[in-house]
Amino acid sequence: MALESLDIQNKLQETFGDNVKYFRTEYDMFVFEVDSDVIYNVIKFLKEEPSLNFNFLTDLCGIHYPDSQENEKFCVVYHLHNWFENKRIRVKTFLNGTNPEVKSITSLYNCADWMERETFDFYGIQFEGHPNLVRILNMDEMVSFPMRKEFPMEDSGRTDKDDRFFGRTVNNTTI
Amino acid sequence: MEKNKVNMVDAPEGHAGEGFFATKFDQVVGLARANSLWPLPFATSCCGIEFMATMASHYDLARFGSERVSFSPRQADMLLVMGTISKKMAPILRQVYEQMSEPRWVIAVGACASSGGIFDTYSVLQGIDKVIPVDVYVPGCPPRPEQIVDGVMQLQELVKNESQRRRHSAEYKELLASYNIE
Repeated sequence: MALESLDIQNKLQETFGDNVKYFRTEYDMFVFEVDSDVIYNVIKFLKEEPSLNFNFLTDLCGIHYPDSQENEKFCVVYHLHNWFENKRIRVKTFLNGTNPEVKSITSLYNCADWMERETFDFYGIQFEGHPNLVRILNMDEMVSFPMRKEFPMEDSGRTDKDDRFFGRTVNNTTI
Repeated sequence: MEKNKVNMVDAPEGHAGEGFFATKFDQVVGLARANSLWPLPFATSCCGIEFMATMASHYDLARFGSERVSFSPRQADMLLVMGTISKKMAPILRQVYEQMSEPRWVIAVGACASSGGIFDTYSVLQGIDKVIPVDVYVPGCPPRPEQIVDGVMQLQELVKNESQRRRHSAEYKELLASYNIE
């Protein structure tokens, strides 16, 4: 018997009530949002509850929404996979813009270690309880979080380009 | 009779006589160095693939005295940087350059190594000449093997005509100092 989205929804609502919300199906994948203060417990429940059994973390990444309201500036997305029922779900949690912080899930999934480091590297999201939260892909000396929209993508040290020929205007190069 | 297709390296300028040939020491050393440049390929992407073709039998860089590809910087004369160098890799490239013994030459192969190429982005070094001095730039994205061979030949000309005193000159020391290389 396959694991139905509705069963997952019912079990989560029984346990966590209003902290889990906006259940929907997007592109054939079951998606819902969780309050950031209970995200660790929700993922732990999804992993350890025998009837849910989401044993594999496929991906973990960040999103920056600069135009959203203050408490929804950043988002962390968790892709979970139940190998036994071949059921995939996506869990989202929103964080505030001034101090984006969420509890690390490295104690649940070891593979989250590098994923959280990458998310920290590019978005500056702090993962509380992470064993080694340092940059992973970018150089250590970097001070910006390059995937945040306020940082320019282009290298400022470039001297040989005429902006007019590369579709650049003054507006998209200044911070 | 058909012209001989084999090109030999010309003797340097000098005085020849019965049983002797006299020329400048600089030129003899330059000739020897230019025709035995040991390359160190620092290949990170597609330009490296073109270099593999350059080393293979069809283009055969060995014809120019670069038979032996050195994968130790200590035994190489010519550093060929081929491909995108990210800022995180810049200190490694610099260390490789510092490990090479004098005299050493550098060729930047392709648009990325020369100027950052299409990768005008926060993570990519905008040309290796930001961290190490470069002697010859080979344009192209990626350059054809002929262009790489041409770049090596350009470097051979530089090597042939380089003064023995150049590496001790104030200008050269100033150049290295501008890159903070000891």
